[in-house]
Amino acid sequence: MSAPQPDLRRAMRRAERGRQLTAFLMVLPLLAFLGVVFVAPIATTLTKSIASPDVSNALPQTSAMLLNWDGTSPPTEDMAAIMVPEIAGAYAAKTIAAAATRINEEQPGMRSVMMRAAREAGEMQPPYLQALTDLDPAWAETERWVHLQATATPYTARYLLAVLDLRRDQGGVIAAVPPDQALYLDYLKRTLVISLSVTLLCIVIGYPVAYFAAHARPVTARIVLACVLLPFWISVLVRTAAWMTLLQREGMVNSFLLKAGLIDAPLELIFNRLGVYIAMVHVLLPFVVLPTYNAMRTIPAAHVMAAMSLGARPFAAFRTVYLPQSLPGVSAGALLVFILALGYYITPALVGGAQDQMLSYLITQFALNLGNWGMASAAAGLLLLTTIVVYVVFRKAFGARGFTV
Amino acid sequence: MNPPKNPIVLTVFTLLVCLFLVVPIAIIMPLSFSSGSFLSYPLPGLSLRWYETVLQPTPWLAAVKNSLIIALGATAIATTLGTLAAYGLTIANFPGRGIIIGILISPLIVPMVIVALGIYFMFARMGLSGTFTGMILAHAAIGAPYVVITVSAALRGFDRRLVLASSSLGARPVTTFLSVILPLVAPGVISGALFAFMTSFDEVIIALFIASPAQFTLPRQLFSGLREQLDPSIIAISTLVIVFTVGLLAAYEVLRSRAARNQILR
Repeated sequence: MSAPQPDLRRAMRRAERGRQLTAFLMVLPLLAFLGVVFVAPIATTLTKSIASPDVSNALPQTSAMLLNWDGTSPPTEDMAAIMVPEIAGAYAAKTIAAAATRINEEQPGMRSVMMRAAREAGEMQPPYLQALTDLDPAWAETERWVHLQATATPYTARYLLAVLDLRRDQGGVIAAVPPDQALYLDYLKRTLVISLSVTLLCIVIGYPVAYFAAHARPVTARIVLACVLLPFWISVLVRTAAWMTLLQREGMVNSFLLKAGLIDAPLELIFNRLGVYIAMVHVLLPFVVLPTYNAMRTIPAAHVMAAMSLGARPFAAFRTVYLPQSLPGVSAGALLVFILALGYYITPALVGGAQDQMLSYLITQFALNLGNWGMASAAAGLLLLTTIVVYVVFRKAFGARGFTV
Repeated sequence: MNPPKNPIVLTVFTLLVCLFLVVPIAIIMPLSFSSGSFLSYPLPGLSLRWYETVLQPTPWLAAVKNSLIIALGATAIATTLGTLAAYGLTIANFPGRGIIIGILISPLIVPMVIVALGIYFMFARMGLSGTFTGMILAHAAIGAPYVVITVSAALRGFDRRLVLASSSLGARPVTTFLSVILPLVAPGVISGALFAFMTSFDEVIIALFIASPAQFTLPRQLFSGLREQLDPSIIAISTLVIVFTVGLLAAYEVLRSRAARNQILR
């Protein structure tokens, strides 16, 4: 058969382009939907971790003046003359409260100082610096104005630094906060330790189970898989309720052990790290078993037999022939477990103690209980970055496929 | 060929793991029929009093109703958009396909608390916080990737000549889609819908951020209940959830095996 004629080729290309366009138009609704309900919200969140608009919005002239000030020379009458009328205006416009709250983040106690100055500012007469100092002598000190200056920029690295237990010192150099104030890096470390431990536990427990199911009679395999799948479908909250019932101080496990005379006093099985591990492994184990089982099913039995007929002992045959072929399944499962564990919130919140909370808890704490959106967003950015790094490194290192379409 | 015999140690280990997985769920259910308020055996007597407590209009039945409204709405959106997208991804390789797949799947990878925080900001601005619409849209977003994955898997072995045959017989594209493609990928669509439904039915963090008490879902209510006090009424509602979930899965299994049998007979 001869090559297609040019116009036929063009027609085919046009048909292919048409098909591509149709295909894209079918994907578009979901893409647009996720853009609005998923991508844009997360992007907005990330910008909030560096946004600091409250002071520059409420006090634009004061902010501009403070950003031009060198930050070391003593405050002047000119500076006060810009600030006093503006805070009086902001007080009338009720925008001063948000700015004062932001300044308070920089230096605790500044909220009431600012609100008081703003309240009185309408009555103040020049010289304004003197009027401020009469109200509170600290207005004559450079340090007070330095705190204001730190909040005058619309963007700040403050929150991002803070979640890493870093801050800018007086000279603007980034340094670690004193150890007694270092609170947040622990959450990152803990998140990684718990996620890694749960992943390893799931592999150690899940691999033999997957092996058993892959080499059992079909009926037995179905039963084992049903045992694995059943909890997978049941609500995490219901399962957590079950573990709380079983493991609490007066719970079934403790009362059984007490009655059996195996222990004299109830064991602390929950509201600690042990409870978190038990409940998380229960939830995440199926994510390792299922892909591992699927990978094992594709390993020809002849491979291991061939290795053994060539003189390999069973363990050597397993290690050199079977294990490598099952690893893609294990690594896919491990990646899933690791990623899901990183973002865990419910289980540690319900069965963990104060020392078992992870980054997700920090985010909800800042957002819902403290209303500190800058810190919530910065912690979210840290968690997202951690997740992406783990995902990329894991895929590179182990060739795990993760989710595929 | 008979499968090789599993070593006894492995059999025992697997049995223990299966017990670890199933026993906690099974063992709590009878506690809900206790006449006392202790969560331990032996039961002091049998009674339905905890079910009576739970089956009141508020808070539990209202939460069940909210959960169903939100999960069904989210499932409808996720399934429609997800099936369409999966089909689009299968029929042609257009530029940017890899990146688009990455975006479509990313709700599975990004921790839910980050999604919740983002949605909180966005929905507050759009007036969707504390509304059913907001909850449905948010849950649809996290359920859609499951539909994309399961439908794509169902389409993987799909023979495109069937589409050509259908069009050559004069069917319009919509007819082809509805009468040729959809029946073939139905198992994938139903699995995806089931995943999306269960995801919404079990989701608590987004509800924690954006639901007002009028939209408290069952997981949200359970979360509060578990924080305050673990009592038999929580176990009673948990038992109902377990029965509902198992029933749903059993119905799906029956449907699937019947469909498979029909296919063989045809």
